[in-house]
Amino acid sequence: MAVVFQAIGADTALSSTNLFVSKRTHFSYRQSLPERKTSVCAVRSNGISFSGLNSRGRKAEPLITNAVATKAESPTASAASKPGHELLLYEALREGLDEEMERDPTVWVLGEDVGHYGGSYKVTKGLAEKYGDLRVLDTPICENSFTGMAIGAAMNGLRPIIEGMNMGFLLLAFNQISNNCGMLHYTSGGQFTIPVVIRGPGGVGRHLGPEHSQRLESYFQSIPGIQMVACSTPYNAKGLMKAAIRSKNPVIFFEHVLLYNIKERIPDEEYVLNLEEAEMVRPGEQVTILTYSRMRYHVMQAAQTLVNKGYDPEVIDIRSLKPFDLYTIGNSVKKTHKVLIVEECMQTGGIGASLMAAIDENFHDYLDARIVCLSSQNVPTPYPGKLEEQTLVQPPKIVTAVEQLCASTGSCQ
Amino acid sequence: MALLRRSSTLLRPLSTATTTTPSLLRPFSSDTTPITVETSIPFTAHNCDPPSRTVETTTQELMKFFRDMALMRRMEIAADSLYKAKLIRGFCHLYDGQEAVAVGMEAAITRKDCIITAYRDHCLFLGRGGTLVEAFSELMGRQGGCSKGKGGSMHFYKKEGGFYGGHGIVGAQVPLGIGLAFAQKYSKEDHVTFALYGDGAANQGQLFEALNMAALWDLPAILVCENNHYGMGTAEWRAAKSPSYYKRGDYVPGLKVDGMDAFAVKQACKFAKEHALKNGPLILEMDTYRYHGHSMSDPGSTYRTRDEISGVRQERDPIERIRKLVLAHDLATEKELKDIEKEVRKEVDDAIAQAKESPMPEPYELFTNVYVKDFGLESFGPDRKELRTVLP
Repeated sequence: MAVVFQAIGADTALSSTNLFVSKRTHFSYRQSLPERKTSVCAVRSNGISFSGLNSRGRKAEPLITNAVATKAESPTASAASKPGHELLLYEALREGLDEEMERDPTVWVLGEDVGHYGGSYKVTKGLAEKYGDLRVLDTPICENSFTGMAIGAAMNGLRPIIEGMNMGFLLLAFNQISNNCGMLHYTSGGQFTIPVVIRGPGGVGRHLGPEHSQRLESYFQSIPGIQMVACSTPYNAKGLMKAAIRSKNPVIFFEHVLLYNIKERIPDEEYVLNLEEAEMVRPGEQVTILTYSRMRYHVMQAAQTLVNKGYDPEVIDIRSLKPFDLYTIGNSVKKTHKVLIVEECMQTGGIGASLMAAIDENFHDYLDARIVCLSSQNVPTPYPGKLEEQTLVQPPKIVTAVEQLCASTGSCQ
Repeated sequence: MALLRRSSTLLRPLSTATTTTPSLLRPFSSDTTPITVETSIPFTAHNCDPPSRTVETTTQELMKFFRDMALMRRMEIAADSLYKAKLIRGFCHLYDGQEAVAVGMEAAITRKDCIITAYRDHCLFLGRGGTLVEAFSELMGRQGGCSKGKGGSMHFYKKEGGFYGGHGIVGAQVPLGIGLAFAQKYSKEDHVTFALYGDGAANQGQLFEALNMAALWDLPAILVCENNHYGMGTAEWRAAKSPSYYKRGDYVPGLKVDGMDAFAVKQACKFAKEHALKNGPLILEMDTYRYHGHSMSDPGSTYRTRDEISGVRQERDPIERIRKLVLAHDLATEKELKDIEKEVRKEVDDAIAQAKESPMPEPYELFTNVYVKDFGLESFGPDRKELRTVLP
């Protein structure tokens, strides 16, 4: 069943070489979008250290993400002067917020303890002093109502950014998010736009317990009218945040509790990323690994091991959870014919489950083996560390899965 | 309930030849001679000083009230017949009996002020500048509807008229209303928002959360409880420990108003607007009544007696009150009022005929307006199969 794809960016040919994005460069430039600032080649810092992230017993090693050099690096990428500035992910988010609030006076932030306290993860630190109490609004603890209030304000011309202190708390606001946020544009026949951004940390942290370790992307994914993105690096955090704020559609922006301290060098220039685009983390030829948010780092660790064993995985950070970037994913599938999905959602009804269905529906003929999806266990996240580790997908499991996948199709090395 | 007839030096002298020459258009519609009326009962206040019972009005306004309410009443009755003829499907919540709230509120405010309500929204939509054709088309799911036929009875919106809907989930519109007020305060406009809800919704938690925030930040929001005494089938005394909804704000002042008296409503809304702009939120409780059941699927008589319904209709009907006022002040004859009603009936029938001609939405409309066509998005599930435009 051949599927005709609408070409993204008018004239790009569908050959895989055109899509190849070098390890060191990121292109977010889209030709037919004059309003977006074109981004520059961003130089990725070499070797992201994972000392904060690894589960117990794993040594922190600098990750050489492209041990097998398959493409020559472009000359600008190895510029010796290393432009840009280094910062942590939460600071990158703050920069994005700050720049957008400065640019557009209708942008404002609300949430619990975002103002004077500076945000429970320091994302909004300093913004209240700069913009005042009205634009960085400390709300009482009433998620349902303040989400509703923000949506009402969006109907009347403002652009709110709603922070859920933990994404799990936004379950209380589900009615407002589903009915009013997602559907109002449709039920009003296009009269009202709801340009809100709903952001907050989610995912499994460290010993936070079941109620504070929820992955809400699986619950929100069916709501029509919203977009969902998940950031994973400071570079894409800032770019996606700016894009989400500028978008006229409601965007749910998933951050991860454990990723706030990732450090990276990002460009000084202003850049905005495409909300619906996936990121090629490591190009390869043998198997496509799709992941997002924190699992990206687990996958890259596994990729390191796999590369040392002689495999060549292609790692894509899907970033856009709704809609899926089936263009990038599709091109990868057509190249490698094997797909592994690694996610943090629960196995039942998670993002991975939808992605499996979407890939199978569209690319079934290109697949040599069934799609393998590694997800978290269908259990509440327990408090003890060892058990918490077991609920998630760990790198050894990813390595085994890739080995089995390659073995089953008879293509190895 | 007797209307106080003011001895008036203000009574307009009647032209002598009116009753026999219908072609002589009586110019009462443009007459702005002031008339003073009194509201049926005094206001009851909580934590504030009630406004006075005396309301200034004009002939023009009186006749406008009569016509508008007759139009609304006729529209709702026509919707009833259309529903029974299966041209309107699904849910249809009718507002007849409560028209005074809609016209009274509209008379006190401007189109820049916002009104948001729940699903009993047809008449408020009309009051905000919506046309009959748009209303009926939307009810019948046609393209000419205010929401392009895709919303239905519970989702009437009119952005230019300051009408924000039209919401199906009970109580969820109140935080939205607070948000509208927040935006007004943020943009430093001198306008207010009226967030309407019913006695059933008054028990929703999000209402109190919203009220807390509105009071905390002095938002220009007025919460209006349209108390028709029944939350679908549950009477208010069975659902609320304290049915004094105007007192429920505690620290927020409240006012109880006779919702069947358009002038009381007008006075209260004017008072509320001034108050909200200076002091923050206020609760208005409109004591009103609906003749129909909760919706078209509810006969309306299993939880209340027919005597009660007809009793209210005889003693407190809002249109009758205006009719008596008009006759008492000799502003029009009985026949002229009947002519207005006939005119209104014809207008409604014409609108229905026109709405019936509006086509059903095209199949591709299923996918329009899901997303704002921002950077090329149109609509799709997770797989972009229905994409109609090239993505950037």
